Amino acid sequence: MSAQRLSCRELVDLLTAYLDGALDAGDRERFERHLSRCDGCSEYVQQMRKTITLVGALREDDIAVPVRESLLDAFRDWKTRPRP
Amino acid sequence: MRLTRYSPAMVDLPVAASDEATLAALRAGDEAAFEAMVSRYGAALLRLARVYCPDAAAAEEAVGDAWLAFLESLDRFEGRSSLKTWLYGILINCARARARRESRSLPLSSVLHDEPAGDDGLAGRFLPRWVPAVGGHWIRPLARWDEEPEQLLLRAELRARIKDAIEQLPEHQRLVITLRDVEGLPADEVCNLLGLSDTNQRVLLHRARLRVRRAVEQHLMEAAV
Repeated sequence: MSAQRLSCRELVDLLTAYLDGALDAGDRERFERHLSRCDGCSEYVQQMRKTITLVGALREDDIAVPVRESLLDAFRDWKTRPRP
Repeated sequence: MRLTRYSPAMVDLPVAASDEATLAALRAGDEAAFEAMVSRYGAALLRLARVYCPDAAAAEEAVGDAWLAFLESLDRFEGRSSLKTWLYGILINCARARARRESRSLPLSSVLHDEPAGDDGLAGRFLPRWVPAVGGHWIRPLARWDEEPEQLLLRAELRARIKDAIEQLPEHQRLVITLRDVEGLPADEVCNLLGLSDTNQRVLLHRARLRVRRAVEQHLMEAAV
């Protein structure tokens, strides 16, 4: 990427890499400089952070899965078997 | 691509302390430890299996297969990954095998680039590149999302909408967003699990997140009417 300023479109394309800490120092600096001055991109980044939090909350929807007796039988069987 | 930022996942740690304790208990034949593990990861395994096996019964069978294979593999576990990632890897193999028997599975590499990017809601939102000085900038500011995630989560329809958006994703995007953002696995572990390059993993995650953000945006727009 050139030393030029990032456009909003480019910032949007780089967001996942940015959040993963995968941008090199130059790109990260351009990214952060743009972000600090652009309300549109700040809102976009906020929205994406909220989206990620919302997706993570799906984990809490989990209902406990009952442990099947057959699985425990398999475990008992496994532990009595001679192993190297 | 250079990794410039510190992330705990990048540090080459030995087996996590809790993994070590679990492992020792399992190897010693501690039934309670096994039962705790099954309850703890059961739902996550089922959710992952559903990516490959839409049929609920087949997905459950894949999970059963995975637990048996996990036991068989315990003595080979060397702690190169977390126990959780090891378990997910086994599940993925078992679910793929089940799906293959139902002949609906596709090899990962062949379809990666054919997966549609889908509606990311960004078309027409930017000024064309050739516009001097402001090319590529937002045409209009985005409608703000004023609520915090905690408030947003109280909207039951929004939760359903997000779940639905993830279910509608092409298989590999769905898999990556499930592992990264639902299960919270670090990027490098997801790459190892799925045999993806760093870049491909990120492209899939990026596309998936764009579509889920779009689904949230659509819900908020409709709710505001």
